[in-house]
Amino acid sequence: MLSKKIEENIFKALMITATLIVLLSSVFIIITILIKGLPAMNLDMITKTPKGGYYLGKSGGILNAIVGSLILTGGATLVSIFFSLPVALYANVYADKSSKIVAFSRVSLDVLWGVPSIVYGAFGFTIMLFFGLKASLLGGIITVALLIFPIMSRAMDEVIRMVPQELLNSSYALGATKFETALKVVVRQSLPGILSAVLIAFGRGIGDAASVIFTAGFSDRIPFSLFEPAATLPLAVFFQLGTPFPEVQERAYASALILTIIVFLVSIGSRILIRRYSKHVIK
Amino acid sequence: MQHKRLVKDKLVRSIMWLSTIFCILLVILIGLALYQKSRSILAMKSLTDLLFSSSWHPLKGEFGFFPFIMGTLWVTCTAVVISVPLSFFTAIYLSEYAPKAVREWAKPVIDLLAGIPSVIYGVWGILVIVPLTKDYIAPFFGKHSAGYSVFAAGIVLAVMIFPVIIHVSIEVFRSVSFELREASWALGATKWQTIKHVVVRKALPGIIAANVLGFTRAFGETMAVLMVAGNVARVPASILDPAYPLPALIANNYGEMLSIPLYDSALLMAALILFVVVLSFSILSRFALVRVERGSE
Repeated sequence: MLSKKIEENIFKALMITATLIVLLSSVFIIITILIKGLPAMNLDMITKTPKGGYYLGKSGGILNAIVGSLILTGGATLVSIFFSLPVALYANVYADKSSKIVAFSRVSLDVLWGVPSIVYGAFGFTIMLFFGLKASLLGGIITVALLIFPIMSRAMDEVIRMVPQELLNSSYALGATKFETALKVVVRQSLPGILSAVLIAFGRGIGDAASVIFTAGFSDRIPFSLFEPAATLPLAVFFQLGTPFPEVQERAYASALILTIIVFLVSIGSRILIRRYSKHVIK
Repeated sequence: MQHKRLVKDKLVRSIMWLSTIFCILLVILIGLALYQKSRSILAMKSLTDLLFSSSWHPLKGEFGFFPFIMGTLWVTCTAVVISVPLSFFTAIYLSEYAPKAVREWAKPVIDLLAGIPSVIYGVWGILVIVPLTKDYIAPFFGKHSAGYSVFAAGIVLAVMIFPVIIHVSIEVFRSVSFELREASWALGATKWQTIKHVVVRKALPGIIAANVLGFTRAFGETMAVLMVAGNVARVPASILDPAYPLPALIANNYGEMLSIPLYDSALLMAALILFVVVLSFSILSRFALVRVERGSE
């Protein structure tokens, strides 16, 4: 009788320890980035592009990478919406509930979700070789769009699936076509959820380095055309950290902090949207 | 007018159908494109030679992937060994024991962990785990290590895959019906006995699938590993040795790969290996998860 109580307590202690380790490790990461990043932060970091000798410790900032990342990921997110929304709408509005194609596409998306970003990078690179593109903003946009496509589609699928069938039926009963229903009822009803899916995908895209390392290249200038190489924040962190100069490494920490802040803002934004969304869902 | 609306509907239907087909085609397309590029090296060398030779000298035309494959396995297995028990107990605690308030606090924190970019994990690894390995862990075992090692990469990856395993495991535990637990409690079993003999047994395929998903995530992770694993092209002899996993190999050599013959083909073949392994594992784990969900209905 007693031994079973003891066993219970031992395992409960183990579980609480494990949970604490998991939770504290995330706090630990954030604190590390804050402690190292904050002292190295200054206005120049976010308002200037690298000047000559920046990577040797001379003045400048990483505006090129901030703008590059935002344009690249923004572009990729836009491209991805045009593929993801139709997939999610087809699965939930057009197709039969028992459609084999939809079931198969969901499995494919799950599989694509697990494909490492470096493989997308390599695949994007082969596409660019095929079309004779050099490492450029366009190459990066295509690759990141492919990378976040499964994430966005699955997230949209989840929210659109929540729209009650009765709502669709009432729209059909009024004589609306499926397309009109999809656009004016389904999309409108799930808009905050869809936007949140877009933000989740954006957050994932902006933090990824392995997919853009071959495809977007790196440049100290802000890109002005799709065919110029573009700098990205994760790579800026990586390259600055790779230099032997402590001043430049400090800037890598500041860049890491900037990246973390952007990712968190995006994640908080999507959370707020989800909360608002679940409030207004018609059940 | 009526006609126009119907035509529009038909048109949109086919566009959406095409996008759906695109999802399926993309998987095949990635595989084919990488295979197409790997063909030139596969034509020159036998597959066993490529996979099991340790000699990596691109300039001499020797491409043995063995040290990199072993590097990947060492790093990934270390991560899984560390992460699996911790994630398992955390998932059980959060789904079975934790009060509602704890659960509601823990969830966003774990989601936060999932959202941190891999390069940030890499920075954290360099700042914390690498010095820790070098100054405390290696001397503790009476060994010398530069810190950039299988162990450091394993720790960083373990933390990275916590959210993946925990998230899926919690879903799996939730899918075990509550009546089963009640029946076990009614027989006088404690909470832990119920978990051990009823919940875990029922959820086992799902838990394995969750861990396989974590494994595939660790297997293909690039940036964080590239930053802390040390990148020495030798099969690691111990956990404190440096390793050079496949994804790091690809990312590190993008610069010179077009200037050396067959090099690009070799690197894209490395990507193909990653793709095939991840593809097989994720299909297997998805099937297991679907079976668990069916079983719970």
